[in-house]
Amino acid sequence: MSSPNPARNRTAASLLTDIRMIIALLFVIYGLVLAVLGAAPSAEDLEKSGGFNVNLWSGLGMLAFAAAFAGWAWLRPVAPADPAEQEPGAAE
Amino acid sequence: MHVLAQDQLRLDAAGVDYALLALYFVFVLGVGFMARRSVSDSLDFFLSGRSLPAWVTGIAFVAANLGAIEIIGMSANGAKYGMPTMHYFWIGAVPAMLFLALVMMPFYYGSKVRSVPEFMLFRFGRPAHLVNGISFAAAQILIAGVNLFLLASIVNVLLGWPLWVSLLVAAAIVLTYTALGGLSAAIYNEVLQFFVIVAALLPLTYVGLHKVGGWDGLVQKVSASPGGAEQLSAWPGNELTGFGDSFLSVLGIVFGLGFVLAFGYWTTNFVEVQRAMASKSMSAAQRTPIIGAFPKLLIPFVVVIPGMIAGVSVSEMVALKAGESPGVDYNDAMLLLMRDLLPNGILGVALAGLLASFMAGMAANLSAFNTVFTYDIWQSYVVKDRPDRYYLKMGPWVTVGATAGAVGTAFIASGYENLMDYLQQLFSFFNAPLFATFILGMFWKRMTPTAGWVGLVLGTASAVVVFLLSEAGVIALSGQGASFVGAGAAFVVDIAVSVVISLMTRPKPDEQLVGLVYSLTPKESLKASSTGEDAGWYRKPWLLAGIVLAITVVMNIVFG
Repeated sequence: MSSPNPARNRTAASLLTDIRMIIALLFVIYGLVLAVLGAAPSAEDLEKSGGFNVNLWSGLGMLAFAAAFAGWAWLRPVAPADPAEQEPGAAE
Repeated sequence: MHVLAQDQLRLDAAGVDYALLALYFVFVLGVGFMARRSVSDSLDFFLSGRSLPAWVTGIAFVAANLGAIEIIGMSANGAKYGMPTMHYFWIGAVPAMLFLALVMMPFYYGSKVRSVPEFMLFRFGRPAHLVNGISFAAAQILIAGVNLFLLASIVNVLLGWPLWVSLLVAAAIVLTYTALGGLSAAIYNEVLQFFVIVAALLPLTYVGLHKVGGWDGLVQKVSASPGGAEQLSAWPGNELTGFGDSFLSVLGIVFGLGFVLAFGYWTTNFVEVQRAMASKSMSAAQRTPIIGAFPKLLIPFVVVIPGMIAGVSVSEMVALKAGESPGVDYNDAMLLLMRDLLPNGILGVALAGLLASFMAGMAANLSAFNTVFTYDIWQSYVVKDRPDRYYLKMGPWVTVGATAGAVGTAFIASGYENLMDYLQQLFSFFNAPLFATFILGMFWKRMTPTAGWVGLVLGTASAVVVFLLSEAGVIALSGQGASFVGAGAAFVVDIAVSVVISLMTRPKPDEQLVGLVYSLTPKESLKASSTGEDAGWYRKPWLLAGIVLAITVVMNIVFG
């Protein structure tokens, strides 16, 4: 039986082990690094990509994507299908 | 495999690129540790406890196939042939994925088998089970070796590490996360990999289009390039099939690639089917390949199009298309485009995406091998009737053994000149007859156990004969044409032999075939539930499949 209130399952541990949060975390870091690199592009880099600031826009895109995934995980947390399946130590 | 030209392909990776790449590997291993905490019995390890949501298994379903062959091979095809390459995705995958979802998945998931060979056991008995189990396990080790070799040779070229060091490091990483978390780790990592691959290829495609002057610029340049405007339309694809006649070419694509090869690959290949079996309900299992079909429709735009861009903008590729020999081949198209277009930073993400895709293929082979070896060979024929704990404990050791085997076959693979063709041939040997046996066995209750294994053996044998004849030059066909014909022969021989033998031998009694044969299975048990977590129109398998099919038709019209 799933919990009547899904928000109750939204513990820190369950969020951290949600694959959507892990994906979001990776892309937050990628996005930040790229956006910072793209904030001050060298002329050489710009020439390489035909004048398009690829680091900046990819970085911003990744941040938006990460926000969407984190939001999804936050709003629709994983509800354990059966409480008995949860190991006692799993919440640590 | 050819030796890549070292200096041309060495990317200008800087510290930040390596850092981004390393971060990715930290995440991959982290997912392995995370998945480990949820493993408590052998079903957890081998089939993820049948608990994963459909979007996860659906993405894993495509990602398991989005390996080196897909990224490198299809961008190479894009550079060489252009739009006809789209057939590998649209005709050559989507209809088969939908067929798996709607027609075959109810039997796979509904009968609660743990693997494709186990379905053979229930339907046809032990000889067919053993034939299928052993041939599948052997094929997985061979293919894992090829994937590992490709992975290592890319690391070798890009980063300059010696081949054997790259090989061992790559093997160690894949081994660590699969051994730790079993199928869950492999599947979760496939999902992560999928997004990193897209994050790498999408900017590459965009920058590429930007540089050649947008879509119109690409059309102009491709039309003017050797090969001409024919490269811009998917049909009839004469260059791809090698048939001079357009009608035969279309026929070859639809029946050879679209029916026998694709259906054989997608519906019986346990590497793929396993991902659907790991989902949490019949409805989710059916949705897995359908959800996978959406990205499958779109992936060619970030794989084939960059290949085409490389074909008209990378100097070495342009020279190659003009018939010169610049020391690279079409397989290098994607790497050369990355070298030309991507500045440091995004280059690191692209490297992570490439390596991710190559590891995905190998991890998928390993996890499928694990399940089949443990359940279908070890537990069925070698050490029977031990407690579940025993087989769970075995899991990681089987992975170690399989990885060692793959390192061995990778060294064998490094000695082959034309690895891709050889691999495609392998698929036609095993998958085409398997598909024939499955489809006949699922819909014809009269088919007997003897027919099951004899059909498989003779079907495979006839594909091998076609292969040998074309190798010896008796049948004059290109590599692709030969594997179309071989798969067709295997399919026809398997069906014919199975029918004849079935009529001569005794079938299994009806009551043993409930849930395995269409006419003997209550229609209710083949239906997915549509309540609770499976409720909602957007979760109805037939409706979703209809949407996918409609998009496929539209794409074929637009890019036809």
